[in-house]
Amino acid sequence: MPILSLITFLPLAGALLFIFIPKEQKNLFRIFALLLALITFIISLTLFFQFDPGTADPQFEERAEWIGYGIQYHVGIDGISLLLVLLTTFLFPIAILSSWNYIQDKVKEYHIFILILQAGVLGVFVSLNMFLFYVFWEAMLIPMYFLIGIWGGKRRIYATMKFVLFTMFGGLLMLVAIFFLYSSYYQATGIYSLDIFELQKLILKPEIQMWLFLAFALAFAIKVPMFPFHTWLPDAHVQAPTAGSVILAAVLLKLGAYGFLRLALPLFPDAVARFVPILAVLCIIGIIYGALMALIQKDVKSLVAYSSVSHMGLIMLAVFSLNVEGLQGAIYQMLSHGLSTGALFLCVGVLYERAHTRLIKDYGGVSKQMPVFSAFFLLAVLSSVGLPGLNGFVGEVLCLFGIFKANAVWAILGITTIILAAGYLLWMFQRVMQGPITNDKIRSFPDLSLREIMVFVPIAILMFWMGIFPGTFLRKMDTSINHLIDQVKNRETYFSQASDTHNILGIRTDSRPSQESKTQKEEDSR
Amino acid sequence: MAELFWLIPFFPALSSLLLILFGRKLPRKYIAFQACLAVFFSLALSILSFLSLLGSGHEGHGLIKNLFAWIHSGSFKVDLSLQFDQLTAVMCLVVSGVGFLIHVYSSGYMAEDKSFARFFAYMNLFTFSMLLLVMASNLVLMFVGWEGVGLCSYLLIGFWFEKPSAADAGKKAFIVNRIGDAGFMLGIFFILLHIGSAEFAAVNHAVEAGGFAQGLATLIALLLFVGAIGKSAQIPLYVWLPDAMEGPTPVSALIHAATMVTAGVYMVARMNLLYSLSPVAMQVVAIVGALTAVYAASMALTQNDIKRVLAYSTISQLGYMFIGLGVGAYSAAVFHLYTHAFFKSLLFLGAGSVMHALSGELDLRKMGGLRKYLPLTFPTFLIATIAIAGVPFFSGFFSKDAILTSAFANGQYLIWALGLMGAVLTAFYMFRVVFLTFYGKERLEPEAKAHLHESPKTMTIPLVILAFFSIVAGYVGLPIVLGKNVNLFDRFLEPVIHAPHGAHLSLSSEWMLILASVAVALFGIFIAYVFYLKKPDIPHNLVARFPWLYKLLYNKYYMDEIYNATFVNSTIKGSELVYKHFDLKVIDGALNGSAKTMNTIGKLLSSLQTGLIKDYALVFLLGALILLGYFVF
Repeated sequence: MPILSLITFLPLAGALLFIFIPKEQKNLFRIFALLLALITFIISLTLFFQFDPGTADPQFEERAEWIGYGIQYHVGIDGISLLLVLLTTFLFPIAILSSWNYIQDKVKEYHIFILILQAGVLGVFVSLNMFLFYVFWEAMLIPMYFLIGIWGGKRRIYATMKFVLFTMFGGLLMLVAIFFLYSSYYQATGIYSLDIFELQKLILKPEIQMWLFLAFALAFAIKVPMFPFHTWLPDAHVQAPTAGSVILAAVLLKLGAYGFLRLALPLFPDAVARFVPILAVLCIIGIIYGALMALIQKDVKSLVAYSSVSHMGLIMLAVFSLNVEGLQGAIYQMLSHGLSTGALFLCVGVLYERAHTRLIKDYGGVSKQMPVFSAFFLLAVLSSVGLPGLNGFVGEVLCLFGIFKANAVWAILGITTIILAAGYLLWMFQRVMQGPITNDKIRSFPDLSLREIMVFVPIAILMFWMGIFPGTFLRKMDTSINHLIDQVKNRETYFSQASDTHNILGIRTDSRPSQESKTQKEEDSR
Repeated sequence: MAELFWLIPFFPALSSLLLILFGRKLPRKYIAFQACLAVFFSLALSILSFLSLLGSGHEGHGLIKNLFAWIHSGSFKVDLSLQFDQLTAVMCLVVSGVGFLIHVYSSGYMAEDKSFARFFAYMNLFTFSMLLLVMASNLVLMFVGWEGVGLCSYLLIGFWFEKPSAADAGKKAFIVNRIGDAGFMLGIFFILLHIGSAEFAAVNHAVEAGGFAQGLATLIALLLFVGAIGKSAQIPLYVWLPDAMEGPTPVSALIHAATMVTAGVYMVARMNLLYSLSPVAMQVVAIVGALTAVYAASMALTQNDIKRVLAYSTISQLGYMFIGLGVGAYSAAVFHLYTHAFFKSLLFLGAGSVMHALSGELDLRKMGGLRKYLPLTFPTFLIATIAIAGVPFFSGFFSKDAILTSAFANGQYLIWALGLMGAVLTAFYMFRVVFLTFYGKERLEPEAKAHLHESPKTMTIPLVILAFFSIVAGYVGLPIVLGKNVNLFDRFLEPVIHAPHGAHLSLSSEWMLILASVAVALFGIFIAYVFYLKKPDIPHNLVARFPWLYKLLYNKYYMDEIYNATFVNSTIKGSELVYKHFDLKVIDGALNGSAKTMNTIGKLLSSLQTGLIKDYALVFLLGALILLGYFVF
């Protein structure tokens, strides 16, 4: 059964179907979209259970000729994309459920765009052909553009333009780089290919690697976003409707990090070695800078957005530490950040639906009025500050340890996040939820409805599960992570190749280092 | 039964979970019953495990239970694994024993509170976290409990979160603790990186095998100590603890006596082999401890809030424990931790009982002459005061003396002298509290006087039990001169604590030290008697004479203000400046600027698009001509 195509295109098919339903049927769209997202989630669970953690090769592969000249429909997942696919399918039903009452205007279009967005995101995660990857990458922008532009806040047009321009700018550079890779591969082999794993066999001159890496890295760094490309994020978050923010923070930002893992790192190992020190500095600035900016935000959403800048900085720093603990921690933290920040945005949404303001100063003492909500909000805060026993700790401690292994100074600077995060989140929680009730409107707030509780419960359960039994997820990615590190660190680089061939381009014949050469390398390293 | 020891922490955990989920629907009596019962189960199982450990002889290395692989990634391998050895046994008994009494007391004290279930859910969670902390068999799992008690202190100090001061205090406790935690985590990373395991057994093994160079050991020991400074409220991270009294009084008792603040002391004692490798780190620990002991005691002198006096006294007493650790008298430090747990929880609960009697009054100036109204609270509070003041034959005397004797024996005379100085201050400020509260003229508010009453049995019985232990707990660790050459407590801890055999004192000098301790204690009491009972105008005269000194002490050396001005405000102000001038102006400015440039270029270009066919035809023609020219020439 082509599971990957099914989960990618099922939402899209739903969106197509919606076109033919009269728009008066508001509830029908909601129920139908939720059902579709739930079915997609359930189908994606089979991926999780049937996944073979013993191999780094892509699984559930599907391949079909498409345009020709190497442009194929080729999908598959490994231990890295598996969990991100699941995060996506898990969060979309929640996002749909969360906007049940809030979206009253153009309900039909709203759900069409949400479903298209889901298809786009899943498409990026499962693509194994670079062209396909690019198509999904760009296609995803369209629904997001409309979600913010139509259902957003007052400055939605500015925010959505900024978001789209930033992302497209990065995307275009990436496209140029993809074409360059494509033609290089053709020159070296006489074969047209855009297969991601096939292109990784190319051994490019360091100067060329450098330019290509920069193009890819810029596209992904904007998406993450890494300092100093982050300013689109607070604007987009503040203006986006709740579900948009949840998806943006929980899933879309991960695409940037995923791009590094899937493309930028394994394709250009020489360039990676060269740029990691610079990128690490940007990450560290991002961690501290994002946290300090979060500290002083007056708008809750913008605060959570800056906290994402800080957290994603930590994730990227762990990625650049290029060791098992760091990479595993980074992916785990990506899942974890998806849950905790997603939950934080859901909480802000709950408040916004009641008071129609996002300013911290308009709140105070909400806990007293909404004890159940208060419990979930606190849980989200604690998960985000990395309290042990919850999801955030496992990812954070692995990230920090990986970073520490790579460079102790990075870790000492990066570890400030655990202090600063407690600062800005608890301070926000205090001003919004604790203290006396200052705004009389708050006295009429109803506590969470059953629907709203249903939004939070799955997230809460998963937070505890991920905190207590991380092995469930860590074990799925071991092999793929080791393989990735092998790709980046032990792959033959241009320099190791340069002695016998002076071509600009080289190609390795064996796709993955054989067992023999691996053991050889291990012995060498000793 | 003993092999089920690993269940000890999970009774309160389960109870807490049930209370969080269903507490709002349960009747109060049941809630209190369940919460107390859960801790009682922990206590009972701790006692059983302790007895079986005793039975296994002195060579027993305790039990270990590996529940499952928790976080395994590359060289980061941590299991959920619990242990029960001699040190853990002492801690478990203290935590669950004192914790149980505090739970029982709370069921009376909190009877009127609206959030009864929430309170007990947090209390149970607190007990669970602390039990996990002391039972963890590796540093990372210990860190879970470590952060867990930090969380519970946040929740419980800020229990009455409608009060801004309570919400502030809770937040402060969590953040200050996190500063320490960051250092602690780095220490763990160094150990993990160096020996590939965070298990205590592996660390000890590596130390014994010479796996740690002295420099590395110093670095690790100091980083871990940063965590201890935060958790055990030592200079400079003590600022959260005095504010912690914003929480309900039983919470203070739990934080100050049984859980939380003792964590740092426990951790250093647990890592004693590593600390012993580094004389530098040990010296730092001893100095920080000695300075804190005196510094905190000096702040306790002038406070008028009964709970604040007790809070500074806790900081000061923890200082003594760190003196003990720093001079290598690990088991003496643990001994003091154990006796302190009884009398300090008794003091807090007694203070709570006074508050209860006076409808919430905390100000010592509005008390006085209460002894005849509170026939149980008064004698038990007095016993605790005598114990903490270091009067002979009460528990505090033995443990404090053990620490000071060790400091002296190790040649740390300055530290010993500071310790003695702290002891005078302790005796003085504690008896000041007793005299101001229970003796002298009644200075009660008429309102409070009308409702004056002794507390219910659920509150007074724990007081009596704690008073009993405040007297007798010390007899398991008699000094060698009194205890027939055997200190049972030291002997029991021997398998865990590998104390370097310090210089032995002669009998006569040991007697001399004991006499010195006794003398300073009595001196402190005497001064308090003169100041507050005999000639109450002396303190007033002193204040009039040295107003600056009084103000300095009363305002706690203005440390909170200094921290706020330097760290907190500068961070916030600085961030605001950066946000305004960099994030919005430079980064976004560059972006909007380039957008504007594009806009201008676009406008220029768009003027070409006139929409008139003849213009386009003209351009078309021009283009064709140019192309033609190109091909022709």
